[in-house]
Amino acid sequence: MKKVMTGHKAVAEAMRQIEPDVVAVYPITPQSEIAEYYAQYVADGLVRTELVPVESEHSAMSACIGAAAAGARVITATASQGLALMVEVLYIAAGLRLPIVMALANRSLSAPINIHCDHSDAYLARDSGAIQIFAESAQEAYDYMVIAQRLAEDEKVRLPVLVNLDGFTLTHSSQVVETLSDEAVKGFVGEYKAVYPLLDVDNPVTWGAFAMPDYYFELKRAQQAGMEAAPDVFLQVQEEYAKLCGRPYRGFFEAYKLDDAERAIVVMGSTAGTAKVVVDELREKGERVGLLKVWLWRPFPRKEITEALAGAKAVAIMDRAISFGNLGALYLDVVSGFAGREGPVFVNYIYGLGGRDIPVEHIAQVFEGLKRAETGELRYLGLRE
Amino acid sequence: MPSVKVLAKRQEERGPRFTGGHSLCAGCAEPMIVRTVLNAIEEPVVVASPTGCLEVASSRYPTTAWNVPWIHSAFENAAATISGVEAAYKALKRKGKIAKKIRFVVFGGDGGTYDIGLQALSGALERGHDFLYVVLNNEAYMNTGVQRSSATPRCANATTSPAGKVIPGKPQDRKDLTEIVVGHHVPYVAQASVSHLIDLANKVERAMQYEGPKFINVYSTCPLGWRTPWDSAINVAKLAVETCYWPLYEVVEGVYKITYKPKEKLPIEEWLKPQGRFRHLFRPEKREDIIRELQEAVDRHWEELLRKERCTQRE
Repeated sequence: MKKVMTGHKAVAEAMRQIEPDVVAVYPITPQSEIAEYYAQYVADGLVRTELVPVESEHSAMSACIGAAAAGARVITATASQGLALMVEVLYIAAGLRLPIVMALANRSLSAPINIHCDHSDAYLARDSGAIQIFAESAQEAYDYMVIAQRLAEDEKVRLPVLVNLDGFTLTHSSQVVETLSDEAVKGFVGEYKAVYPLLDVDNPVTWGAFAMPDYYFELKRAQQAGMEAAPDVFLQVQEEYAKLCGRPYRGFFEAYKLDDAERAIVVMGSTAGTAKVVVDELREKGERVGLLKVWLWRPFPRKEITEALAGAKAVAIMDRAISFGNLGALYLDVVSGFAGREGPVFVNYIYGLGGRDIPVEHIAQVFEGLKRAETGELRYLGLRE
Repeated sequence: MPSVKVLAKRQEERGPRFTGGHSLCAGCAEPMIVRTVLNAIEEPVVVASPTGCLEVASSRYPTTAWNVPWIHSAFENAAATISGVEAAYKALKRKGKIAKKIRFVVFGGDGGTYDIGLQALSGALERGHDFLYVVLNNEAYMNTGVQRSSATPRCANATTSPAGKVIPGKPQDRKDLTEIVVGHHVPYVAQASVSHLIDLANKVERAMQYEGPKFINVYSTCPLGWRTPWDSAINVAKLAVETCYWPLYEVVEGVYKITYKPKEKLPIEEWLKPQGRFRHLFRPEKREDIIRELQEAVDRHWEELLRKERCTQRE
């Protein structure tokens, strides 16, 4: 069914349809409405979820860990400082191989305090062991919340999954979203089968043991195996979902007019929408430009992205966060695939920090800038200098 | 009320819920408390522990001392973790996926409870989760080398509040966490001690009759950190009770009851003297001034407790 709704509502709708056993959540701008919508669903008896209205994001993730280890299906949501506060326990959720799904309403990190969008929060969790997916639209946020559930819970994966959606740009703007029926979503995610649940009191299991140097390394390597299994599972689940919803989800990223592109942009999140408009305009003028929009950021599909960009002459990689003291994280991800081989010229653009608007003119500047570029250049887009 | 016989029989019949082979120090009070609490509970339990002595000593991969489901997540979040476990239980019970009655217990040290975990504890108490929180209160961060906590008594020598030439140990008074929990108006709050294990078992049994959060702050001797002999766990804790430094009492739905009143209240000096952490109060010279102040503080709190007991009795 097609409806006009905000990104918040789209995420909350997906959550209502999935109907997890436990939602532990703490409000923070620009995520709060997700928590509010869900609390209302609980209050109105639309879901049988146990809502844990915790006193902090640290406790939100901690309660999710307890609930997931107990054998429950669990969802939470946060943003910015909330993610920063919970990041300690997010690492633990991944280390314990707990399939916790979390919507991350991307917002900048303090200081200075700022409530608007960038990807610093997602970047903070980059090495946490959580899978990260980026949505371009409210529609994608809805779709990937449903997909994330299956991906997280796959027995080969069993890891937390973060579904990133740009704060305000996606969370607060109204868009047309096509939702599935409740039955379709419930059928798709299926019954949750927990592994070694704490509540199986006849088969007691110790969760969160401590490991000395004789075992720690092997256990972390085993955790990496979950990440290694994730890409294939992602593709399978996405394909199955694409058939169900009729939308053309395919691959780890969307390649938009990329096949014969000489100049390309790599971007994550809602900026891809703006960039597509510019690609269309430039294509009409006969310029061979294209776009690669990353859906799956962690694990990073290096091989596939390398192949997709190999034919371009110049590529702008756009990071919506600063990795202080180095080029952007996405830039380094993409460029790493070309180590030891010929490839395009790669330029890094840092853009949109703290909600700085990204009009089409700026994206046009990026394509123009790619005509004269050197690998390793760091440029700031839309900055007063 | 459970007798030693009942507790022993229960352990014999269903096997120890917390087994030997853990690596807690010789003479540590913690395993006695953990076994007593778990034996005093009839139903199946799920246990959570924050980071600390008990956690490290009981869960070294690939071994475990736990014969019941057990989870450790981090240092400051045991109460939040058990909140999630309990919420999962409620949800799955509602959906008919679980039928059994299961109990939820946290064993946390004073570091993980008085200090870094206080917020998570307060949140869990306020939300009313159905669980028992047991503090293994040994009055400092023993797991990491006897650093001071907010449960450390004034003038104790701890490694981050050392007794020096100018400052005689920890300058601050300990926090009264039991009373902070009372302020949450939860159904059952108590103080107990390893020296009075049947009193502890009684308290656990009484606590488990109530729905909602239950809290028992158990005095737990640490011979290593307190610098007392390895066989001192019971005796030193007993002195804390007999001097009224650590009163045994409970607050049931707001009504105070002192569960043990010493016939003759011993002077605080009797409890200070055997502990190396207070040695500087006796050598090179006896600090009568400080000991007097400590005595006055104990007297004041004891009188206060007696008044609370009197004035909260139901008509």
